[in-house]
Amino acid sequence: MKAPLSWLREYVEIPNGLAPSEIEEAFVSVGFEVDEILIQGEEISGPLVVGKVVSIEKVEGQKKEIRYVGLDCAEGEIRYVICGATNFVVGDLVVVSLPGAILPGGFQIAARTTYGHLSNGMICSSREIGLSEEHAGIIVLPQGVPGEDAIKLLEINDVVFDVAVNPDRGYALSIRGLARELASALKVPYKDPAHDVDPSGFPINGAGIQVSIDSQDAARVIYIRTLSDFLPATPIPLWIRRRIEKCGMRSISLAVDITNYVMLELGQPLHAFDSEKIIGSLHIRRAEQDKEFITLDGQMRKLLPENLVVADDDQVLALAGTMGGLDSEVSPSTTSLAIEAACFDPMSVAQNARFHRIPSEASRRFERSVDPTLAAVASARACQLLVKFGGAKYVGSATDGSVASTAKIVFSPAFASQLLGIELSHETVRNHLKTVGCAVQALPVADVEEGLFVEWAVTPPTWRSDLLTPTDLVEEVGRLVGLNSIPGTLPLGRAAAVLTPLQNRKRGVAHYLANLGFSEVYNYPFVSQEMVNNLGFSGARAASFKLANPMSDQAPLLRTHLLPGLLETTRRNLNRGAKDCAIFEIGSVFRDVTKLTYVGVVPTDTRPSKEIIADIYASVPAQPLFVGGVVSGSLDRRGWWGKGRAFDWSDAINTALSVIELTGNRGVIVQSDLAPWHPGRCAEIQVNGKAVAHAGELHPKVLEVLGLPERSCAFAVILSELPFASNKIAKPILTMPAATQDVSLVVADSVPASKVEVSLRSGAGPLLESIVLFDRYQDLGAGKISLAFTLTFRAPDRTLTADEVSGYRQSAVDAVIAECGASLRV
Amino acid sequence: MSLSVPSIESAKVEALIAITNASSLELLKEVKIAHMGDRSPISKANQQLGTLSVQERAAFGKIIGQAKNIVAAAFENRQLELEVERDARVLIEERVDVSVPARRTLQGGLHPLTILTNEICDLFLGMGYRVAEGPELEADWLNFDALNIPADHPARTMQDTFFIEPLDSHLVLRTHTSPVQVRTMLEQEPPIYVICPGRTYRADELDATHTPVFSQVEGLVIDKGITMADLKGTLDHFARSIFGDDVKTRLRSSFFPFTEPSAEVDFFFNGRWIEWGGCGMVNPKVLVACGIDPEIYSGFAFGMGLERTLMVRHGISDMHDIVEGDMRFSQIFGTGVK
Repeated sequence: MKAPLSWLREYVEIPNGLAPSEIEEAFVSVGFEVDEILIQGEEISGPLVVGKVVSIEKVEGQKKEIRYVGLDCAEGEIRYVICGATNFVVGDLVVVSLPGAILPGGFQIAARTTYGHLSNGMICSSREIGLSEEHAGIIVLPQGVPGEDAIKLLEINDVVFDVAVNPDRGYALSIRGLARELASALKVPYKDPAHDVDPSGFPINGAGIQVSIDSQDAARVIYIRTLSDFLPATPIPLWIRRRIEKCGMRSISLAVDITNYVMLELGQPLHAFDSEKIIGSLHIRRAEQDKEFITLDGQMRKLLPENLVVADDDQVLALAGTMGGLDSEVSPSTTSLAIEAACFDPMSVAQNARFHRIPSEASRRFERSVDPTLAAVASARACQLLVKFGGAKYVGSATDGSVASTAKIVFSPAFASQLLGIELSHETVRNHLKTVGCAVQALPVADVEEGLFVEWAVTPPTWRSDLLTPTDLVEEVGRLVGLNSIPGTLPLGRAAAVLTPLQNRKRGVAHYLANLGFSEVYNYPFVSQEMVNNLGFSGARAASFKLANPMSDQAPLLRTHLLPGLLETTRRNLNRGAKDCAIFEIGSVFRDVTKLTYVGVVPTDTRPSKEIIADIYASVPAQPLFVGGVVSGSLDRRGWWGKGRAFDWSDAINTALSVIELTGNRGVIVQSDLAPWHPGRCAEIQVNGKAVAHAGELHPKVLEVLGLPERSCAFAVILSELPFASNKIAKPILTMPAATQDVSLVVADSVPASKVEVSLRSGAGPLLESIVLFDRYQDLGAGKISLAFTLTFRAPDRTLTADEVSGYRQSAVDAVIAECGASLRV
Repeated sequence: MSLSVPSIESAKVEALIAITNASSLELLKEVKIAHMGDRSPISKANQQLGTLSVQERAAFGKIIGQAKNIVAAAFENRQLELEVERDARVLIEERVDVSVPARRTLQGGLHPLTILTNEICDLFLGMGYRVAEGPELEADWLNFDALNIPADHPARTMQDTFFIEPLDSHLVLRTHTSPVQVRTMLEQEPPIYVICPGRTYRADELDATHTPVFSQVEGLVIDKGITMADLKGTLDHFARSIFGDDVKTRLRSSFFPFTEPSAEVDFFFNGRWIEWGGCGMVNPKVLVACGIDPEIYSGFAFGMGLERTLMVRHGISDMHDIVEGDMRFSQIFGTGVK
């Protein structure tokens, strides 16, 4: 809400000499943020004067119409200027900037020759002097004397505060409301503009347009006031127009400007109908059978049956509280007016505005709720102004509904101190509640064990529909006491807490990978169908959730895997010149793989039952936590020491396996051909027989399609699937000497190395300490490969003899010959 | 050579001169053979002792012995000297330029959001808060209804919230981490002390200061006798730990459906007030929806955007750097080890 200081001053005794920044601080101190302070007229220096048009001469031979205008600026002689606007005639009063004037943007006015004439100044449009965005023509003044200072006349110098109004404070979308807040913050007297209006001058008399609220809960109260003999072409008083402009609205016509002016002044949105277009009387009702209607912006609106509308006996005339209709709009020939002021149901207006996407000045106020007592006052105020400035005659008023009295809140002043954590006297609490506009009435003092228990019946003011509970009142007290006067204390707290095992795991894995040389990234989880196709995802990884309103229509899916984001980010790094790229991400994935059932509407006025809570939880899909990584190029880089070593499929498997081992689990590697990995270079890693990770080189086709380097590798581990390690039991450290034996075997190339190792292990007996594959040679031909292992043996209690150790070696060899069809390599 | 005192003396002197003049270990070795070996003058003199009378043998033996000892001692000294010289020279020759680049592996790093989250969690763990996390794809009842955000609240419109198709799934990408607070209250009896970090979603276009996917940390305390002063003190402590001891905070009255009273919290850093987050006393309606008796318990909650905190603390001027995953960005922050 934009509030000009000059207007606020009418209702608040603002001390002279208060700087704009001090007024801003005052607003902030009572909970109103000031988005912007606009110092108006700061960029203008005169002379800017009123001029009377005395002659207009068309400059010939120009494509667009250019006129040479003679002006009487009370200078004794006529001043001539060139002007491109045509919206004025001889006799009009206009705003003239004289040579020497400086306009917004540092635009200096000087006498100059243009279009073959000496132009000795400029006739100004609204935009040129910073009044509004209006630039269709120049300003034609409704009043003024030639030579008069136009800066004063147009009240250009002013300070406008753009105040952010929270959704619970609809009353503050008005000068009335903001002035009240400013007065309470500055602790100075306040005058309520609503008190200046006496509606009794406009009695309910059965004449004019009649009205009824036909739909339950559609509106609390409505007033329709009918006027005749309105002179639509009457000039708009400058002060009304300027105030509307300073509040950021456009001046349109006298009737519309007056309804807008009253809305800005009091906070009550008004609508002006051309009453001759109304057939019969007005009805506030749901759209029901009416399917469509045209709003005054010319748009055809398809109506929902539940949309709240204003209709006459024949048709829909307006979307209630949102926008009027084209048919009943006030036109330049309208002479009979019906002014509508209602207190519509906020929810219904909100639905109207959302569904039809019309966030209007009116709907903004109705949604945040409007003071119901204003309907009578504001409609009367509009009548006053229309009679006074528009020559209108009062016909009559009709009303329906009533302003129900506001419910009292039983409130203990001690509760304010208790919740805010600051000692406040009853007097202080009472004063602050009164400042807000509450009526405070003491209830009989109750005698309780600790002493006297004071309770009050507090009646909130009509404009504060948000004040419903004792807590709401505490908020008001806190706001006016000043939240920063509350001291800081620390709650006692509980004994120190620790991370959950999964949180601990996340940290450990992240640190491990970062120390290995990976950079952590956080990717958006939004994925395109094209990416899903490119990666060859199927099954659970193709079961994506889809966003109804994605940021980009290209990427409406939620990720089922970390790879899409990691691959795109890899490409971004490489495109920016990185030679080697190693990144990882820890994050949740979303797979639409279980049937989810919405539980229906669950009330919030009490805790849902155990069953309902379980159903709500079950309506949310499981979102497993993954760690994934992609490497292009080398972790071991090239440098002065020599070549780098490319990160290959085995490094990827090693990384995944290490992550698994980091969590105290043992992974078993199984050959896999899962997309998007290379079908011959992908490991599935199992823990307790369950696949928990995939790692290896990426499919060359995938890399080609995504524009990534050949041989890029990736891994992914489901962190939330890995079992949590139980407490580890230490083993005694053996100190006797170890004995090693090498075994070189020949096996078919289809036999996995892991299987050979298992056989050797089983045959070698309990004294085998470790086993290492130290050589793999695959050029033996005939489908044979050679695998060479070092076996290390150690006994707890003695040095092993050579005979003993070769015996163990032999039984290991026997086992592998039997189980893997191996032979010793000679 | 006849055996005489002067001849022995002269052999000794010559040996000493040769030892002194030996300029390398190799030359010294030759000197040793010439002057201390079997065929050296002194050795030869020694061999002649047998030809002398018993008395002379004793006298000359003593003289020869003394000469041998002196020469041997001089040799030892010289050898040591030359060895020291050699060692020094070799080590100098073996000198390398240790300033050549030492890092052979790619530089890794944690995302600074991770580092900041860990830092905040550690602070609150020490104050007895558990770290609570929850799903990012969430039921709208937990994200909105239970937090006193009814169906027609502006926050629920398409402009702010990502909805899942079909809309009657009632699933949304959580717009804040507050549903974790709701889950905590549904799952646990008070006293409750939790800190909830996590990723959150709002349909804002990515620009220098906004991102549709961002991170929040929220705190929730529900206990007997919790006051707004407790909230203030906790925020002060939090701000000092993140921005340093000199930082000041202030509260500004505000509105959130789930707190009453509500406030915005600002902090004063590098000469200006900066909006940090929202906070307030938990709205009794929220407590009631979660089955906590507001007559017995009260509580506070607060929530901050981590990107903003990070940008202010580390002078990051463009949100793109935080979300784009450029390795050079994380590399600056390392792993947050102090």
